[in-house]
Amino acid sequence: MTELLTRTPTIANVGLSSFAEPMRAAGAHVVDVQWAPPGGDTQVARALARLVNAPEVEQANRQAIDNFLEAQPQLVGLAPARDVIPMLAERRILHAGPPIDWQDMAGPMQGAIVGAILFEGWADSHEDATRLAASGKISFAPCHAAAAVGPMAGVTSPSMPVWIVENAAGGNRSYSNLNEGLGRVLRFGANDQEVVQRLTWMRDRLGPALSQALDAVEPLDLKSLVARALTMGDEVHNRNIAATSLFFRHIFRPVLETRPAQDAVEVLDFIEKNEHFFLNLSMAMCKNMLDAAHGVEHSTLVTAMSRNGVNFGIRMSGTGDRWFQTAAPTVDGLFFAGYGVEDAAPDLGDSSITETAGLGGFAMAASPAIVRFVGGTPNDANANSRRMRHITLAANALFGLPALGFAGTPTGIDARHVVDTGIQPVINTGIAHRDAGIGQIGAGITEAPRAVFAQAITALANELDS
Amino acid sequence: MNRHIVLPNEYRDSVSLMQIAARLRELDGIRDAGVVMMSESNLALLDDVGLGLEGVEPRPSDLVIVVAADSDEASETAFDEARAGLSETTGTDSGEEAVEQPARSIRMAKQRHSDLNLTVISTPGEFASLEAEKALRLGSHVMLFSDGIDLDEERRLKDLAERESLLVMGPDCGTAIIAGVPLAFANQAAPGPVGIVGASGTGIQAVVCHLDSLGIGTSHAIGTGGHDLHEQIGGISMLRGIRMLADDDATDVIVLLSKPPSPEVADRVTRAARETGKPVVVCFLGAEPDMLPGDVHVAHTLEEAAATAAALAGADDAPDAATGLPMPSLREGQRAVRGLYSGGTLCFEATMVLGPLLGEMAGGLPLHSNTPIDPAEPIEDPWHSTGHTLVDLGDDVFTRGRPHPMIDHSIRNERLLEEARDPQTAVVLLDVVLGHGSHPDPASAMAQAVEDARKLAADDGRDLTIIAIVIGTGDDPQGLKRQVAQLEELGIHTYRSHLAALDAAYEIVRESHGAAR
Repeated sequence: MTELLTRTPTIANVGLSSFAEPMRAAGAHVVDVQWAPPGGDTQVARALARLVNAPEVEQANRQAIDNFLEAQPQLVGLAPARDVIPMLAERRILHAGPPIDWQDMAGPMQGAIVGAILFEGWADSHEDATRLAASGKISFAPCHAAAAVGPMAGVTSPSMPVWIVENAAGGNRSYSNLNEGLGRVLRFGANDQEVVQRLTWMRDRLGPALSQALDAVEPLDLKSLVARALTMGDEVHNRNIAATSLFFRHIFRPVLETRPAQDAVEVLDFIEKNEHFFLNLSMAMCKNMLDAAHGVEHSTLVTAMSRNGVNFGIRMSGTGDRWFQTAAPTVDGLFFAGYGVEDAAPDLGDSSITETAGLGGFAMAASPAIVRFVGGTPNDANANSRRMRHITLAANALFGLPALGFAGTPTGIDARHVVDTGIQPVINTGIAHRDAGIGQIGAGITEAPRAVFAQAITALANELDS
Repeated sequence: MNRHIVLPNEYRDSVSLMQIAARLRELDGIRDAGVVMMSESNLALLDDVGLGLEGVEPRPSDLVIVVAADSDEASETAFDEARAGLSETTGTDSGEEAVEQPARSIRMAKQRHSDLNLTVISTPGEFASLEAEKALRLGSHVMLFSDGIDLDEERRLKDLAERESLLVMGPDCGTAIIAGVPLAFANQAAPGPVGIVGASGTGIQAVVCHLDSLGIGTSHAIGTGGHDLHEQIGGISMLRGIRMLADDDATDVIVLLSKPPSPEVADRVTRAARETGKPVVVCFLGAEPDMLPGDVHVAHTLEEAAATAAALAGADDAPDAATGLPMPSLREGQRAVRGLYSGGTLCFEATMVLGPLLGEMAGGLPLHSNTPIDPAEPIEDPWHSTGHTLVDLGDDVFTRGRPHPMIDHSIRNERLLEEARDPQTAVVLLDVVLGHGSHPDPASAMAQAVEDARKLAADDGRDLTIIAIVIGTGDDPQGLKRQVAQLEELGIHTYRSHLAALDAAYEIVRESHGAAR
């Protein structure tokens, strides 16, 4: 039982800061709480008050974060998407972000879907492909619904080769397509002949080569690789060069040993030229760990943050398949020559799965160069990582950040804490052009909108007492 | 027109270069700019946006600055600016200690300070009860200063608190003293043997200060909020406060303060108080005689409660005998008492005491109050006095959108002038409440108004008597002695005893009543 009269009280002061001084003068230890209305309205505040320190939620979160930390994502292979994702047995195309209908999709995503239709050979011309996409004869679903993730438009179609990541602890599997490189590529909505040809090469040459190479070696422990990359300047969302290089070291010999020389050179060259090749693997790894934590009743652990170029959505462990969505923000940051914020598409892609897993923007201390996108300093990068600790359930000791004395990355966003403190999850993100096919035009730091976390905890609180 | 320069063997990371390019674009006469390492892909990129370089070979370790400019001069300025940017030393901050983020929630505060045991909440009302709920769930006692929380919500919070064996002081609790620490609007009291549980903030303040004038200190003053003794709440916080004082070694005497509760609640709390085995003084202000409990000490006024408690605690100081006032020479028609109170409970007490006395004066003026109790009549317009008027200026109608009159004297100052203009006014009563949270120098805040009021009356050939009840302790930040001295200098008659002040006011009015007949 908490004593009150028997000692000088330790006081939290919430509201008028002028109350604190007389208390301090009398010898009390006073903590000023910087208060703002949580979620902005009383319904959210009520849900929050119900959930803070509620025993059933605390217990559920402990379970969920344990599942997350104990996950052992291994790269076990590569295969055509339709061979491993049952949802792609029919004419279906997966996309990034929460569910969305064709007519509501942003330019880059529609462009990517048209490109995928051409690649699959379901239509011969852009016009026919567009008509087919709008006809209803192709169904669309979020990558997340298929235990997959994709960067930017994230468009994944049946013939595309996908990474297969398996959780050695929990058994669940996750998938992601291969990164095409920079510039005019499908994930930014480009769909011309060059793009389709590249996708074809990836299906016919790159995919099988990597698949064979992976079959020739032991599964690759992704967490160890990423842990190392974090000490080398990567945060494995916007900075992937170290991880890509480490992956290259893992794959180059098996590729050389299982492929004729010319093939091998093409394959290895493709990887070498793309600093962000590892991104899709990083995302699949994060998806794998978070899926292991998903589905724990009463848990407020956030298991996905994602955008489809129109809406920003999250999923929470204790609320099943539900998406909580709001309009995706447009990101301001640093732009390549010739572009500005007026050209930017709203935030797009599943790559914020990295932040959801405590990497990317949450590991900004590992990659201080990123913070200069918003005119900050390395101390700001450290401050960002530290600030995220206040809204997360744990620090992941495996992913230690040297700049923070090897403190683990803040991991496991608790939706309650976001609403309670007003601290929004930070996301390092690339910025796409709003029109299909032009590509990346910059990069910046953005924050997940508060509304979705407020919606999520309100939903959970309602279920709790019903 | 595009111009470019190449800086050989000048590697920088892409982010620094993008920052420099952004700066160049801000310059006069520069339409666009690119600053990149001369890799194949970067050159292609420049091409795509119209900053292409003719016949230039890729050289990845060389740096190119290219601008689309209106003039040669603008280009040159841009190149200089770019060179300056490249040579700027990086690292404007070197290892400065990261400032720790302030606590943004009660949970964060609890995480950092595991011995957190009290949360003081003064946020807007609609959120305050929810912050209180969080604090309770996190194992902290609560002082809930905010008001505007309905009875259902108060009951819900207090039920939760009971399940957790925690105390909720409030809602609408403006005063408490815990282990010598003053909370919100509280006086600086010396520690002592009397413990108070009270449903009124100014009531607690009055008792603490009167005890202080008798040389007796306070162990704890537990506020319960104004509605705790309502039937729907049932005295949950008062009962818990009584239990806590029963277990507290520093408390020898327990004082209970409230407006009259329902008989059932009155019974419950007095029974609980009796069971403590410690002497108990009960003051239910304005209670009907048959509600008053049997074998506890009953006090009818706040200072009687203090005096009784002091005696039970072994004090032998008798309060200084109140000095009567010299009779002013009143003009015909000056017959009314005007009480301008900042503390609602004091106004109530004044109404309770003066009501019967003034009512006895046959043919006298009626008494109006916005803290009415028979025989006072409710005020029609609280902004204007008629007949005898005792007004609580802390009532909602006055404080909406304004600070409370204990902090901000402007409304009372205005009202004082109005009373001075009114030929019917014989005597004005003012409570001056010191302590933490109140105005740092009330005497100065009212000085001008008092002088102006006197002058207004004097110009009309009237003597205006102003009486102040000073509620404060010797240790209060305003300086009790200095405040009293300053008030006296303004010609105000000061009392630390409310009853003595009321008596003095009554004597003046009775005199004028007698004169009128």
